[in-house]
Amino acid sequence: MKTFPIGGVHPSDNKKWSCEKSIEVLELPDIVNIPLAQHIGAPATAKVAKGDKVLTGELIAEATGFMSANIHSPISGTVTAVDMQLNGQGLRQMMITIKREGDEWMPEIDRSAEIKRQCNLSSTEIIAKIKQAGIVGMGGATFPTHVKLSIPDGCKAEYLIINGVECEPYLTSDHRTMLERGEELLIGVEILKKALGVEKAIVGIENNKPDAIQSLKKIAKEQGYDVTIEPLKVQYPQGGEKQLIAAITGREVPPPPGLPIHVGAVVCNASTTVAVYEAVQKNKPLIERVVTITGKDMKEPRNLLTRMGTSISKLVEMAGGLPEGDVKVVNGGPMMGRAMVNIDSPVTKGCSGVSVYSGDEAHRVEPSACIKCAKCVEACPMALEPYLISKLAKKQMWDRLEEEHITDCIECGCCQFTCPAGIALLDYVRLGKQTVMGIIRARAAANAPKK
Amino acid sequence: MANKFIVATAPHMHSPLSTQRLMRDVLIALAPALAVSAFVYGLDVLRVTAIAVASCVLVEYLIQKFLLKGETTVGNLSAVVTGVLLAFNLPANIAWWIVVIGAVVAIGVAKMTFGGLGRNPFNPALVGRVFLLIAYPAQMTSFPTPVYPGYVDAFAGATPLAALKAHAIEAGNVNLVNMLAGVMPGSMGEIAALALLAGGIYMLWRKVITWHIPVAVLGSMAVFAFVLAFFQSGVSSLLYELPAFHLLAGGAMLGAIFMATDYVTSPMTAKGMVIYGIGIGVITMIIRQWGAYPEGMSFAILLMNAVAPLINKYVKPKRFGVIVKK
Repeated sequence: MKTFPIGGVHPSDNKKWSCEKSIEVLELPDIVNIPLAQHIGAPATAKVAKGDKVLTGELIAEATGFMSANIHSPISGTVTAVDMQLNGQGLRQMMITIKREGDEWMPEIDRSAEIKRQCNLSSTEIIAKIKQAGIVGMGGATFPTHVKLSIPDGCKAEYLIINGVECEPYLTSDHRTMLERGEELLIGVEILKKALGVEKAIVGIENNKPDAIQSLKKIAKEQGYDVTIEPLKVQYPQGGEKQLIAAITGREVPPPPGLPIHVGAVVCNASTTVAVYEAVQKNKPLIERVVTITGKDMKEPRNLLTRMGTSISKLVEMAGGLPEGDVKVVNGGPMMGRAMVNIDSPVTKGCSGVSVYSGDEAHRVEPSACIKCAKCVEACPMALEPYLISKLAKKQMWDRLEEEHITDCIECGCCQFTCPAGIALLDYVRLGKQTVMGIIRARAAANAPKK
Repeated sequence: MANKFIVATAPHMHSPLSTQRLMRDVLIALAPALAVSAFVYGLDVLRVTAIAVASCVLVEYLIQKFLLKGETTVGNLSAVVTGVLLAFNLPANIAWWIVVIGAVVAIGVAKMTFGGLGRNPFNPALVGRVFLLIAYPAQMTSFPTPVYPGYVDAFAGATPLAALKAHAIEAGNVNLVNMLAGVMPGSMGEIAALALLAGGIYMLWRKVITWHIPVAVLGSMAVFAFVLAFFQSGVSSLLYELPAFHLLAGGAMLGAIFMATDYVTSPMTAKGMVIYGIGIGVITMIIRQWGAYPEGMSFAILLMNAVAPLINKYVKPKRFGVIVKK
C-alpha cells in the first residue's frame, strides 16, 4: 500500500468516538457572525450594511482581487452589524452579524435531493461558478479553489488528486461526507476533471476508513465513473498536500516557491469536491459544512451539518457541554488545530472539526533536556532537522536558518509530537520560519526594480 | 460552568515516548546479557553491576543536588544505563573501589562537567572504562575463568582477541557456537553475543534505535575481516571464520548495539549514522589487527564520538523536492 517516503508519525487516531455517527443537521442559529477573512489571501469586501435584509445564499462580501473569495449569507434575516468582533484566538476581526428571520433561500439555488449527474459547462464556466460560490479548501488550509484550478501559463495538470486522507486525528467530517455523499463527490470529481482538462483522477483515502473506500469503489463501478480509489497506509501527515502527491504519484513538489502544479498535480479536499458539485450543479454557494465535535470526555461526539457563522459554543452544547476543570478547545484536530479562548467565535469555511481536551490532556508535557535521540529528524516529513532549526531559532540565527531551509517546514508537528524530552520544538521553528519569510520578502522588495 | 481554557500552539497531542521510557527499554534490552553473564561468571556479576549502578546514580545525584544546587534528574534512568554499561565493560572479579572510581570518572568527569545528559561529547561509560584500562591495566585485563559447569578453557586463560594477538589460537579453530553463547573469558557484558543481539532486536522493535549504526559497525568489521582473511590465505574457510570470529569476540556486539548507538554522542541523520558506524568498524579492526591493544572497540567509538559533531555539520538529509540528477 502506498504512503509518503520520508518521516511521519503514528498518533492514535481517536476517530472511534465520532466516525460511526451519521451527519445530523444542526438547527438553524438565531444569529451568525461571518468573518471577512476566512480564506488565504485578501479579506473579502463587505457588500451589505447594517439594516440590510439578506436571503440564504445571497452574496454579502465580494472577493477582493483574484486571491480572495466571495462570502454568502448562511441564513436569511437582517444585518445587525458590520464590525470588529473577537475571533477564536481572542483577536479582533471584521465580521458581518446577521439576525435570522425564517430561512428563505435565493430562488436560483436548487435545494432538492435529486442528484444531478449531467454537466455541460465548459472549463471556464465551471471555474467561474466555483469562484462565484466562494469555495475554498475545506481541509483547513482555505486556499481559494478557483485559484488552484486556474493553471498558470507553461504548466499542465496531469493528475487530479482528491484528498480524502483526513490524517488529522479525531476529525471525521471528510470520512462521513465521503460515506454519505459518495455519488455527489464522484460527480464533483468529474466536474473538476473537466475544469482542469485532466484524464487521471485519484481519490486518496487512508486505510483506517475501509467503509469509505469500499463505498466509493462500488459507486464508481456501478455508475461508471472514471476514477481510481487509492487506499493509503495510515501515516500522519499524509493529508499534507506535498505528502499526498508524493504518496500517490511518487513526485516531490519542489521547495518553495514550488507548487503542486509544477509536478502536474492539483489536490482538492473531499468535502471541497462535494461543495464544487453543489456549486456547479445546484447553484449553491459555500454556506454550510460538516463539523465534527469530539473529545475523550465529550458525552455525545457528533458530525453536524452546520451553517457558517454558527457559534462554536452551540456545537459544544450539542455534544453535551464541556467537561469540568481545565479544558483545551481546539478549532481543528490535535496536530495542527488552534486552541481557542473564545468559544463563542463562529464556524468558518476551514473548520472541519472542534476537538476538546480535558485534564492532563489539556496540558503540554514537561520539557527536559534534549538527548539528541534524532527522533525529530526521523519524523520530519520535509527532511529537516528540527532539533537544529529549533535551537538556531532560539538563538535568532536567521541566516543559518535560511541555509537550513526552515521555510520548507509545513508545521505538521511531527517533531514535537515525537520528542521524548517533550521540547516545544515547533514553537521556535514557527518563530524562525515567520521571521525568515519576512526577511526573504523584505529582500525581494528591496531588490525589485524601481518603477 | 467554571472552565479554565488552556491555550497553547499545536500540536496538542504527544506520543507516549519519554526519556525515561527509552532508558527503561535499554535496561530491558540489557537484561538477557546480564543474565547470561551471571550464569557464566556467577554472582560476582550482580555485585559489580549493583556497585556500578549505585555509584553512577549517587555521583549524579550528589553533583546535581550539592554542587549545582539544581534539579535532580536521576529519575530519567540515564545514570542507571551508564552504570550497567560501565559494569558490562569490567571483569567480573574487579575490586569494588575500582568500580567506584570508574563511576566517578564516567558521570562526574565525562557527563556532568559538560552540563549533564545530552551535552557530553563522549560516551560516559566508555570514558570510565578507558580511564580504568589506563590506570589499572593489570586488574582490567585479568579476566576470571568462567564458572560455567563443564567449561573447557580454549583460549589459554586470555580473551579470544588477546589469544589471537599472542598467536595462541587460530581464528579458524575456535568453537564459534561457544562464543555465540558467551562461554569465553572477557568483560562481564561483552561475552554473550546472542543475548546482546536479542537485546538489539528488542530495541529495534521498540524503535529505541534504528538499524543504521549496528549494521554499519558490524558490517564494516565483517567486510574488513573478509578482506584480511583473503589476503592471509586466499579462498578458504577462513573467509567466513575470521569475520564470524571478529563479530563474536571482544566488545563487537556490546559496542555496536549498545555503546555506539548512544543517542547523545552519535550523529543525527541516517546517512551520518552509517558513516559513523563504518568509521567505528574500520578503526576497531585496524586496532585489533595492527594496534598494541588486542581490542579497539572502546577507542574506536570514542574517536568517532569526537567526529560526530563534524558529521552533523556536513551530512544533511536530502532536501524534499530536490531532484538529484543521475
